[in-house]
Amino acid sequence: MAKLEAPRKRPRLAVIKFASCDGCQLSILNLEEDLLALGEALDIAYFPEASSAMNAGPYDIALVEGSITTAEDAHRILSVRQQAKVLITIGACATAGGIQALRNWADVESFKRAVYPNPEYIQSLSTSTPISEHVRVDFELWGCPIDKGQLLRVMTDLVGGVQPRVPADSVCLECKRQGHVCVLVAKGLPCLGPVTRTGCGAICPSMGRDCYGCFGPSEGARKGPGLPPNTTSLARHFHDELQLIPVEVLRRFRGINGAVDPFRNESTVWENKG
Amino acid sequence: MAIASETCGILPSAHLQRLLDTLSAKGYRIVGPIVRDGSVVWDTVRSVSDLPIGWRDQQEPGRYRLEQTGSQEVFGVVHGAQSLKQFVFAPREPLLQIERSKDGFATRPTLPQSEKVAIIGARACDLAGLTIQDRIFLNDAYRDPYYASRREGLFVIAVNCTRALSTCFCASMETGPRAKHGFDLVLTEVDDSLLIEAGSEAGRDLLSNLCLSTGSEQLSAEAARRIEACAQSQVRRLDHSRLPQALYDAHEHPRWDELAGRCLACTNCTMVCPTCFCHTVEETPDLSHQQSTHTRLWDSCFTQEHGYIHGKNVRPTIKDRYRMWLTHKLASWIDQFGTSGCVGCGRCITWCPVGIDVTEELSALLTQDGRSSGTPQQMESS
Repeated sequence: MAKLEAPRKRPRLAVIKFASCDGCQLSILNLEEDLLALGEALDIAYFPEASSAMNAGPYDIALVEGSITTAEDAHRILSVRQQAKVLITIGACATAGGIQALRNWADVESFKRAVYPNPEYIQSLSTSTPISEHVRVDFELWGCPIDKGQLLRVMTDLVGGVQPRVPADSVCLECKRQGHVCVLVAKGLPCLGPVTRTGCGAICPSMGRDCYGCFGPSEGARKGPGLPPNTTSLARHFHDELQLIPVEVLRRFRGINGAVDPFRNESTVWENKG
Repeated sequence: MAIASETCGILPSAHLQRLLDTLSAKGYRIVGPIVRDGSVVWDTVRSVSDLPIGWRDQQEPGRYRLEQTGSQEVFGVVHGAQSLKQFVFAPREPLLQIERSKDGFATRPTLPQSEKVAIIGARACDLAGLTIQDRIFLNDAYRDPYYASRREGLFVIAVNCTRALSTCFCASMETGPRAKHGFDLVLTEVDDSLLIEAGSEAGRDLLSNLCLSTGSEQLSAEAARRIEACAQSQVRRLDHSRLPQALYDAHEHPRWDELAGRCLACTNCTMVCPTCFCHTVEETPDLSHQQSTHTRLWDSCFTQEHGYIHGKNVRPTIKDRYRMWLTHKLASWIDQFGTSGCVGCGRCITWCPVGIDVTEELSALLTQDGRSSGTPQQMESS
């Protein structure tokens, strides 16, 4: 990926929004004290969520939130790419299409008619797609929302001229390091932790809840033969041992990251078992 | 006939608090099994009522449940997911604090604060695991000061098992159910009495402070009978008579492919294993790159990065990773450390989300056609 050389002056940062809820941008603001340090290390040139001072590009780093759901956005992302040395997607929407990618399985026109009194004013694409389907992406941060610690780590690496890296292991590894009791084994909950990428700090299992996969598939979105995540085995266990009916299995995988290959393929398998 | 009081005594279960108070008076933080979130975890114990009185665990592949029996049994829960590993080989151990200086950088080791910890309720399999970890981390040439520092402060009170779980196979690994060594004190719960035996100088010292009624041969015999019955009742066993060679010979066995279809590569088996020692290190610099913390974390041979060497991943597939783990654990560990890496605790069976059973897999792998010679269920019913 593109890397920033150890910069002579502060790198210019832009935070740009597409179809999203703004939660990942709020994670940046939630850095609190670290936000001040970040503001010193970087020149925050464009961040409408935080400041009305919106400076034009080019930018050294563009953090992109949200998915592409309109023709205008499909055009706008090309311009963002042109203006950014390093483009990083933040969150499930930008990285995977987000929860709004559920429309990819549905009829968007019927949604419009159900929600809006004048649906003719709404112009949107029939799909929600991740940024990587439109332009080259240098780095992806998963999560709904992203983990602010991971974001700070990636910024720290970029400022230092280091190739950023975040772990792609399963949630289970961190869950066990923290000493939480496995909700799947001890409570029979259909936890997606074994096939989900770490990074959240195992928040849901730490609260006795089952992971619902908001950090996407472990070891990345493109699955090769025999590689993790083994969604097939976990889905079969949900059905055979935890007594989920096929549509429940389908819904486990067709959620926030439902449009990502490993999860999409698994949910499709269970479509035909109903 | 009475048995010498400095090595053995009887404490009514109802008076267990006296043991805890004596430990506290000696400056120990007491750690024991605590019921939490449907299982037991190790945590600080202040009073006997913190212990899982009346609870029992039922374990089977991929499933763990607690049930309250209403009895006054103190040590009815055999174990949870945690072995003793975390007390010595910490899941997250800061190793060094690194600071940039004018002409380079300076490093400062961050040894853990020494703490006296008394663990009550360790099982024979846990002690066997600790002994193996000691061999790895305290080996003269490569003594790990972080592990050593944590190890030094441990006072271990073991409990002999008188009830086997369906996942236990310590008898076949010759590590239990009786704790043979590696403890300071060992308890055997016989109805409403605790038979206490000392296994170290510190244990004998503590026992003499307790001024217990002396042990009786009758109670010792009953304890021995129950421990033996526990061994006999184990339905799983691991046949290691032909290891390590037989598993090396099974390197191309079709069973590995079948296993890879079930294994999630989620790392749970390695996390709960009392002997798995793999770790990674993580650098955490601050934003100004003036200082960094160098931290050791539990890692697993099931992660992608574990198999990564320069430019290539030598274990890309789940099959590669599971084969690596099982072959190391049960075979090459013997060549490397002179002992099996498995203590028969059965945790990897219970805490595998999809319930993969090492005893069944090994049995299948050592069979020519790749079919298991018999599942534990079949053994039970036969």
